[in-house]
Amino acid sequence: MRQVIYALVLGIGAHYYFFGWGVFLQIVLAVAVAIAVESTFLRIRKFPIKPAISDGSAILTAVLLAISIPSIAPWWLVVLGVSFAIVFGKQLYGGLGNNPFNPAMLGYGFLLISYPLQMSTWASEFLSLPQTLNVIFNSSPVDALSGATRLDTLKTQLALGKTTDEIELYSVAQMWINAGFLLGGLYLMIRQVIMWHIPTAFIMGVVVMASILSLSNHQFYIPPQNHLILGATMLGAFFIATDPISASTTPKGRLIYGFLIGVLVVIIRTFGGYPDGVAFAVLLMNIAVPLIDYYTQPRVFGQ
Amino acid sequence: MEDYLKIAKNGLWDNNQALVALLGLCPLLAVTNNIVNAIGLGLATTFVLIASNTTVSIFRHHISKEVRIPIFVLLIAAFVTIVELLMQSYFYDLYLILGIFVPLIVTNCAILGRAEAFASKNSWDKSALDGLMMGLGFSLVLIILGAMRELVGGGTLFAQSSLLLGTLGESLSISVVDDYQGTLLAILPPGAFIGLGLIVAVKNFIDLKKP
Repeated sequence: MRQVIYALVLGIGAHYYFFGWGVFLQIVLAVAVAIAVESTFLRIRKFPIKPAISDGSAILTAVLLAISIPSIAPWWLVVLGVSFAIVFGKQLYGGLGNNPFNPAMLGYGFLLISYPLQMSTWASEFLSLPQTLNVIFNSSPVDALSGATRLDTLKTQLALGKTTDEIELYSVAQMWINAGFLLGGLYLMIRQVIMWHIPTAFIMGVVVMASILSLSNHQFYIPPQNHLILGATMLGAFFIATDPISASTTPKGRLIYGFLIGVLVVIIRTFGGYPDGVAFAVLLMNIAVPLIDYYTQPRVFGQ
Repeated sequence: MEDYLKIAKNGLWDNNQALVALLGLCPLLAVTNNIVNAIGLGLATTFVLIASNTTVSIFRHHISKEVRIPIFVLLIAAFVTIVELLMQSYFYDLYLILGIFVPLIVTNCAILGRAEAFASKNSWDKSALDGLMMGLGFSLVLIILGAMRELVGGGTLFAQSSLLLGTLGESLSISVVDDYQGTLLAILPPGAFIGLGLIVAVKNFIDLKKP
């Protein structure tokens, strides 16, 4: 778990470079809440607290959720999201190792469904520390400094009838953030913290589905290379879909699981009501994991 | 007397149709997004339960065993029609909000379940009491769930009470948290499932604590 947190540094750094201090504040807040909620719940359940905190799983959940939500979101958003993720996503199922869903994405889904406005207001430029503090804790108006993400804008524009030739398909900030997470993910793969199956299949799924759509009508659908560098694609492929507890466990199953998440991400981004689809795609495939595992059991040697 | 007390306890707690038998979840989950809807549906269900239990019990010796289920359904459907027409004439706005879930009371397994499991085997006075208690137990869960979802979802309690009580109800509506942004999840279907799960958990917790 600690290795995974280290590998996130590059992506978080890119986030800081483009959007300012918000991401750090959200992470600090999220980790503090996660530790508090996890220890409270473990105390109620009469479980030892120290080993559960020091394994880093609650902290990782908090960090992943904190970098998924907008960096200028009000403080109560991250507090609610992390509490929901730890309590409903993890502890109520019996703690680490028993949760069928990815807790961070469950928290994210809860926030996105419940507070759509706050969850789609992103920083649009670098914000200094005082500015960020003001926005997060005083919820001062931020209209001038915020806006929708590139994916969100793209979707609105396409819905208005514009073609892909007429609109900006590109976002420098998001490209660098995705590049940061890609490098961190490759580091994890080389250190063999995560296996290659899920990320590779995830990216394949995105490319295949986006290519099919783009080839059928390149004016209406975002081309595959842009899908890869927009939104949470790389974060999802290397850090979220690879959660060892809620992901498929057989080699063949991992390929199917990753590929279908990639396909679903593009489908939800293109046809769904929300701007990005990684969270819902991961949650949907989490439900399918027992089925995938059942049908992809490797044969025992000698039988 | 002890029998009657046992029937009451059974309906309200030990064999609560919503929390233990987990019957009738379709209306339970669908209309509990505020207290007023919950009370409306709870009253309608309770009325149908009392009436159907009593009639089934009175005619239990005349209904042949082979065709009892269709006859029970016919009896229940008759009372649901009465409730539907009454609501249409006296609580028209509430009737519009509850919509399909009023006629759907016919298919509420809790009602057919009580007719089959209790009323067809017991005397009419016990059956009527059983209907009342089962109905109250069901309504209680509806109201608690409705209150939870309304409070978390919109920060109010007893909103739209005028649908049930007319002008008297307008003063009942409480805005518990001022300037509340609302948590949409609680109003949406997942909120109903999570809320019911929590209530069931609390009930089981209390039962476990008892020696």
